[in-house]
Amino acid sequence: MTRFAAIFAKPQTALIAFITAGDGDTAANLDALVAGGADVIELGMPFTDPMADGPAIQAANLRSLAKGTTTADIFAIAAAFRSRHPDTPLVLMGYANPMTVRGPEWFAAECAKAGVDGIICVDIPSEEDAELGPALRAAGVDLIRLATPTTDPARLPAVLEGAGGFLYYVSVAGITGLQQAAQASIEEAVTRLKAATDLPVAVGFGVRTPDQAAQIARVADGVVVGSAFIDIIAEHGDAAAPHVEAFTRSLADAIHGAKEIAA
Amino acid sequence: MTDLPNSLRTGPDDRGHFGQFGGRYVAETLMPLILDLEREYRTAQADPAFKAEFDDLLKNYVGRPSPLWCAQRFTDHLGGAKIYLKREDLNHTGAHKINNCIGQILLAKRMGKTKIIAETGAGQHGVATATVAALFGLPCTIFMGAVDVARQQPNVFRMKLLGAEVVAVESGAKTLKDAMNEALRHWVANVHDTFYIIGTVAGPHPYPELVRDFQSVIGDEAKAQILEAEGRLPDMLIAPVGGGSNAIGLFHPFLDDASVEIVGVEAAGEGLDGKHAASLAGGRPGILHGNKTYLLQDEDGQITEAHSISAGLDYPGIGPEHSWLHDIGRVRYEPVTDAEALASFQKLTKLEGIIPALESAHAIAAAERIAPTLGKDKIIIVNCSGRGDKDIFTVADALGVAL
Repeated sequence: MTRFAAIFAKPQTALIAFITAGDGDTAANLDALVAGGADVIELGMPFTDPMADGPAIQAANLRSLAKGTTTADIFAIAAAFRSRHPDTPLVLMGYANPMTVRGPEWFAAECAKAGVDGIICVDIPSEEDAELGPALRAAGVDLIRLATPTTDPARLPAVLEGAGGFLYYVSVAGITGLQQAAQASIEEAVTRLKAATDLPVAVGFGVRTPDQAAQIARVADGVVVGSAFIDIIAEHGDAAAPHVEAFTRSLADAIHGAKEIAA
Repeated sequence: MTDLPNSLRTGPDDRGHFGQFGGRYVAETLMPLILDLEREYRTAQADPAFKAEFDDLLKNYVGRPSPLWCAQRFTDHLGGAKIYLKREDLNHTGAHKINNCIGQILLAKRMGKTKIIAETGAGQHGVATATVAALFGLPCTIFMGAVDVARQQPNVFRMKLLGAEVVAVESGAKTLKDAMNEALRHWVANVHDTFYIIGTVAGPHPYPELVRDFQSVIGDEAKAQILEAEGRLPDMLIAPVGGGSNAIGLFHPFLDDASVEIVGVEAAGEGLDGKHAASLAGGRPGILHGNKTYLLQDEDGQITEAHSISAGLDYPGIGPEHSWLHDIGRVRYEPVTDAEALASFQKLTKLEGIIPALESAHAIAAAERIAPTLGKDKIIIVNCSGRGDKDIFTVADALGVAL
């Protein structure tokens, strides 16, 4: 059973936590996420031009790059995480150019070597799958696809073709960290997506509080929280880990109990 | 003629690729809209009424055709090939940018979009977009890097007079590529009612194709004009290339004319071993802003800052069709430095009474280099893509003159 399958086989909804690699004390923050109860980790690969990100994650990208974070550093962080946390799925999330600059086979091989379970690439839609998808699948790394409010039923099969890990539903047409979608629209979308795929469906974008997360957790298989963690790291810098852990715990408690309350 | 089996004019393929370049590298949120745009463009291409309205606006609003001017004093000074200038500087708003904006706002209207956005570097595309938005009565938001806002105040004021909202982008290096990032961020959140008028032959398919098609009026006119003036095709075309829309507009109608040598001019800034904006000479293929193309980047694929004295060339990428034309060798791309462009800016102004845009001055500088090496029986067409009034502050600053 893959690490993803093990997590999503549990009856409770998964907390998927995003932080940017190289922003603050990443190793300590990753440990804090796991200790606080995060089920899946998304590690952002910083990019100079994060077109899909709001102000919080943009700033995290720039802070990380200003410190000199390289792709080699990110794989070192990932490999060290894997040795400390053998069971927690680890996803790298980022943009196409840093992932493909040395060729997709190189990237896929590095992911496999570092124990990375899945990849989310913001700017490679299914139409351009050849750029990264075949190499990842050959290396046994899941390509996690994004579905959005604009993904119509006619497009959905193409989005799901070759997808793995889980399906990430971007709940707002917009950028990370800003507005939140209406609960009703999220429920409708998750129902529609789950009818179309056996993959677990995680919901993200604009989820910032335990209350919001708990609401979404009643219907989704996973809830993604990112910018709120980034804000904590921005505020506390290298001493953010205890704050990250406490916030993670508040989210995990809300999310993990949500389905029981709903039932 | 575009259906010839050996034509270089049939690209892109149905997935938007020119060889390995181009494509649609956008967030999933934008994909359905990009596909809509392509469908709408195909129906517009097949609709004679669309072309008729486009042609009418180019003629009666933009002032086309733009003249093809035989630059006799400049030619005599260089002592070689005869130089013609394609006078895009005489268009309404002072550059070729308006051709594309007219085409795209007609598409926006067809698609029922009610808001217009655009990115701009120096402000020329922003002014052209604000102009057509005013003409069609649509609200318009222009994204411009905060650094560019500070150094291009006259254009910022023009855009505001035209009724546009100008958003100073504070992210990244606060220049053109950051303006494009911010425009994409805004678009992704407003796809339902907003049309993004991209200013050059870059971005996701079908933008490189449709911008090229709207700009090809430049080359179509130039071809007819040179045949009338000289009774034959030119021996060479020269145009400046940032994203490359004026250049592809001039080049495209000539791509299958094998006797015509074609030269694109990249901004070499302080020199190729210093800060520059020459993506082909100093970059490698990569993915940014929706397309695969040559980019200035480091070994990890992080995008590096471009530099040119010309804000319109100050971008770390280039249109994907240029990357392809470079790789197959049909177009030769040469670098010209800030200093060379600055010298040619002054020379053309004094010899012809034409103040070229600093972008265009790069092409003029290449002509200065090349024309003396060719016989007097040879003919070169240089794209004078814009007028230089916008650049007088930059030029004064570079020359140490206080205005």
